Amino acid sequence: MALSNVLEPAVSGFNFENSTRNIVLENGSEEGKIKAPKPMKTGTTIAGVVYKDGVVLGADTRATSEEVVADKMCAKIHYIAPNIYCCGAGTAADTEKTTDMLSSNLTIFSMNSGRNPRVVMAVNILQDMLFRYRGMIGAHLILGGVDCTGSHLYTVGPYGSMDKVPYLAMGSGKLPALGILEDRFKGNMDLEEAKALVSDAIHAGIMSDLGSGNNIDLCVITKEGVDYIRPHRESLYNYKRQAKYKYKPGTTPVLTKTVNQLELVHETVQMMETAGSS
Amino acid sequence: MFISHNFEMDSFSQNPEFTIHSFFTFLDTSIMAVEFEGGVVIGADSRTTTGAYIANRVTDKLTPIHERIFCCRSGSAADTQAIADAVTYQLGFHSIELDEAPLVQTAASLFRDMCYRYREELMAGIIVAGWDPRRGGQVYTVPVGGMMTRQPVSVGGSGSSYIYGYVDSNYRAGMSKEECLKFTAEALTLAMERDGSSGGVVRLAVISEQGVERQVILGNQLPKFSTV
Repeated sequence: MALSNVLEPAVSGFNFENSTRNIVLENGSEEGKIKAPKPMKTGTTIAGVVYKDGVVLGADTRATSEEVVADKMCAKIHYIAPNIYCCGAGTAADTEKTTDMLSSNLTIFSMNSGRNPRVVMAVNILQDMLFRYRGMIGAHLILGGVDCTGSHLYTVGPYGSMDKVPYLAMGSGKLPALGILEDRFKGNMDLEEAKALVSDAIHAGIMSDLGSGNNIDLCVITKEGVDYIRPHRESLYNYKRQAKYKYKPGTTPVLTKTVNQLELVHETVQMMETAGSS
Repeated sequence: MFISHNFEMDSFSQNPEFTIHSFFTFLDTSIMAVEFEGGVVIGADSRTTTGAYIANRVTDKLTPIHERIFCCRSGSAADTQAIADAVTYQLGFHSIELDEAPLVQTAASLFRDMCYRYREELMAGIIVAGWDPRRGGQVYTVPVGGMMTRQPVSVGGSGSSYIYGYVDSNYRAGMSKEECLKFTAEALTLAMERDGSSGGVVRLAVISEQGVERQVILGNQLPKFSTV
């Protein structure tokens, strides 16, 4: 596939050209000190639980930009493979791109080997990548899935550390969510219990954390398939707009109107040579 | 991120030159390994912290590197997991090439090579312990900085500072397996009592010619000491 490079070929890796300049600006004289802009974090509550037949993942749906809610229905449970899903907290762009890249890699692997991907594979790929970028990629991920070896739930941190646990919560709302999970988690729960537990954990995060809110998404992964429930529980405070913002035709007065008919003079068809064609 | 050379794992936040944008996940820990006739006993607590939050209270810090070689991890969780994975691969490859079980000293050397070469970027204090047919049970310590030395008993992690006295006064050469297990469990319990970064359960493992036996001592089953 031909890619057009207009100015110069893209340099791989991170560009640290401005870091010395930033340090000088931040540590300038008392009057000249400039505060660096804060990186955009979306406050989040995500949680996951292993139950009898598989894994239940949950997330809130609020994406914030400082104090404004940028997206009321953002999807934080990302598709990785037909049997593996990933909740992402931290820098929104990083979690999106990382999970996309992971999903692509696993699809290629599946096609190459004819095997279904395993959750532990996804974790290893993530660990390698995040460790290599030394924490610069702000992705706090919860991976859950069911494969031929069973149901698994992992967390991968931004520096590349990994933990395998039966229940988890991450994001700015993780402390209240973990309180609910620590209190009510049991091994081998059935589906309704597990869904209620994750839903209540996310709800606790939403109630107690300003960065989390709106609706609750759930994703139930079992050997048979995936049930992506979006939304599982809607916020009580869904505001219905009182009026439409569309302007009626005639709101802006039309002063003049000219119509230019374009005449079709000549038509040719030309075959183009693309780089990928043999 | 700037990391100064001579900071202690338990006082890094007080060091003014140490600037961090976000918290590392740390295994500030208590880990320990003891040699006995016929094998080694290794032990660790189970706490992983991110700042003041306990990210995992049931961590397994005793990581298998080969069939009869384990390592106890302390320091940065990400760094030690990555190093352990790399060494597991290298040792596995070496063992297949040689068509023989690898020596514990080889595993320790691989850890030392990586920890010394990348000493500026890594924060890892590792104790390598295992059994091989040539030299029996061995304990090698590879602390932060990348030194390697063999010791009959070795402690590591932030909690180790509190139990040097206990270990020095209670270790005797020629202890049996059960005595070593009791010694390790008690030492780690004392470290966990006093160190905020250590806690949870005590994970123990015995590595010998017969293989590996693992056990867990839950919080309420830990040996009791009077702490007035």
